[in-house]
Amino acid sequence: MYEKNGEKYFVVDSHSHFWNAGRENWVPGAEHYAKGWIDCFYGYHQLGPPETHWDYEKFLRPTPEDFERDVFVEGHVDHTVFQSTYLREWYKDGFNTAAQNAALLEKYGDRWIVNGRWDARDGEASWKEFTEDHKRYGFKGVKLYTAEWNGDSRGFKLTDPECYRFLERTQELGIRNIHVHKGPTIWPLDKDAFDVSDVDHAATDFQGLNFIVEHVGLPRIEDFCFMAVQEPNVYAGLSVVVGGLMHARPKMFAKVMGELLFWVGEDKMLFGGDYNIWTPKWQVEGLVDWQMPDDEAFTDYAKLTTATRKKILGLNAARLYDIPVPAELQLAAPEGAMA
Amino acid sequence: MTALRADVWRALDTVLDPELDEPVTDLDFVESCTVSGDGVAAVVLRLPTFFCAPNFSFLMVADAYDAVSAVPGVTRAEVTLADHHASAEINGGVAAQAGFVGSFEGSSQGEATAELDELRRAFFRKAALAGQDRVARPLVDAGAGPDELAGTVLGDLPPSAELDRMRHRRSVLGLPHDDDAPLLVHADGSGVTSGQVPLHLRRARLQRVGIEANGAYCSSLLQKRYPVAGS
Repeated sequence: MYEKNGEKYFVVDSHSHFWNAGRENWVPGAEHYAKGWIDCFYGYHQLGPPETHWDYEKFLRPTPEDFERDVFVEGHVDHTVFQSTYLREWYKDGFNTAAQNAALLEKYGDRWIVNGRWDARDGEASWKEFTEDHKRYGFKGVKLYTAEWNGDSRGFKLTDPECYRFLERTQELGIRNIHVHKGPTIWPLDKDAFDVSDVDHAATDFQGLNFIVEHVGLPRIEDFCFMAVQEPNVYAGLSVVVGGLMHARPKMFAKVMGELLFWVGEDKMLFGGDYNIWTPKWQVEGLVDWQMPDDEAFTDYAKLTTATRKKILGLNAARLYDIPVPAELQLAAPEGAMA
Repeated sequence: MTALRADVWRALDTVLDPELDEPVTDLDFVESCTVSGDGVAAVVLRLPTFFCAPNFSFLMVADAYDAVSAVPGVTRAEVTLADHHASAEINGGVAAQAGFVGSFEGSSQGEATAELDELRRAFFRKAALAGQDRVARPLVDAGAGPDELAGTVLGDLPPSAELDRMRHRRSVLGLPHDDDAPLLVHADGSGVTSGQVPLHLRRARLQRVGIEANGAYCSSLLQKRYPVAGS
């Protein structure tokens, strides 16, 4: 919970990681990919305020103590959702597995939400692993990293038939939230790597699922917005938008937020801090203080209200994840009645 | 010698990042550019991350190779991409003039099934839409309403670099780009009616914000990856 000027904000970080990119975890022969990957993250990390920058070696592998301090003690976060990303082609024990993410599950219980993952390209073996993990961790969501390398494959689409079958089975299990991340490469290479049209199809066909498009489909914000405006079950995950622009490129941040508020709307935007690319503290505090600039270039964009900030910072995600929100942190009626 | 290097640099000014629609020179993607006494031009390109999409990366290296090779006085062009997960395929493929599909044949990076012309066109379409916002925005700010905007043709507009750029994008796509062509056009080249103007402008602006936001990330990341010495 974060309190500022007498207003209290319930904070759900909908996109968090607890990774191991340490050198001992790099797959022999694939070290340059493992290093290239985490170096890329470290580049993004440095787009945050200088006083929040970590040493590279520490950045490779945060400890549970780091997480606890940065997220729960100093970061104002009430609940955090871990997105599991395996990348076993490059990281021996996985980059950020459900088991790793569950490190502090016992200690924090329902404040600590672990999302699972499956890879339909691995067939039943992946489903078995997923359902066993589900029994252990009680998934409410799944993270799909469509660009993940796997054997000869360099990625997949949600519309692949085997993937559709897995989406059906996920829906049957009562797991509703599908976080989709588009990534740097996808097979075949000649197609637009970040095309979001497969999410469009899946969202239409699976009305019982919520599709949270992480990083708002970056770098295809326009395609994402044109889709989200038509699909009631498509949401904007703001990780990277806040962390990568709010400090480094404030005017561009304002424009992107203005477009998202117009096309997607404040009820479908979810804060994500993307730990440990960035710590949540400066992002939460910055968002609460942030307002659309008064300059002429921004006059078409809506100003933020306190209710807008509360929804984005936590109430929208709380709704998707059935997280109980204390009465004093909910919106006052009539907006509260809608939430 | 210096004059030839300047010519090579000017040739590189014509090479665009297809996604950002900006020259690689302005984007600071040219790591080095040298010309030897016997006219061999050696250009090294660099990108904001190790995992920048290989298709866009290939286009830039191949376009730079073509542009530099065409400079009178250049006897051979050597264009390479540094620090990228597909450097080997791209550099080898461009040097061998193998095309995109050929460059990735048998590669562990994955398979390419088609050349990149359609991808390039897709990004030109985006650029042509964003260009409508860039050209129309001053008119909107000056108070032009939907009727006036729907009736505006390119010949009505004062000359500007943005207008030239938009005309060029449209000509490549086969869209109307002469003086009597409407300023605001749909993707199929038909004119936008006054009733459609508000939403069309919203879309054009979103497209522009999308492209410029990508540029902002790329530029920020490039500065972190290749800090200027001493800063």
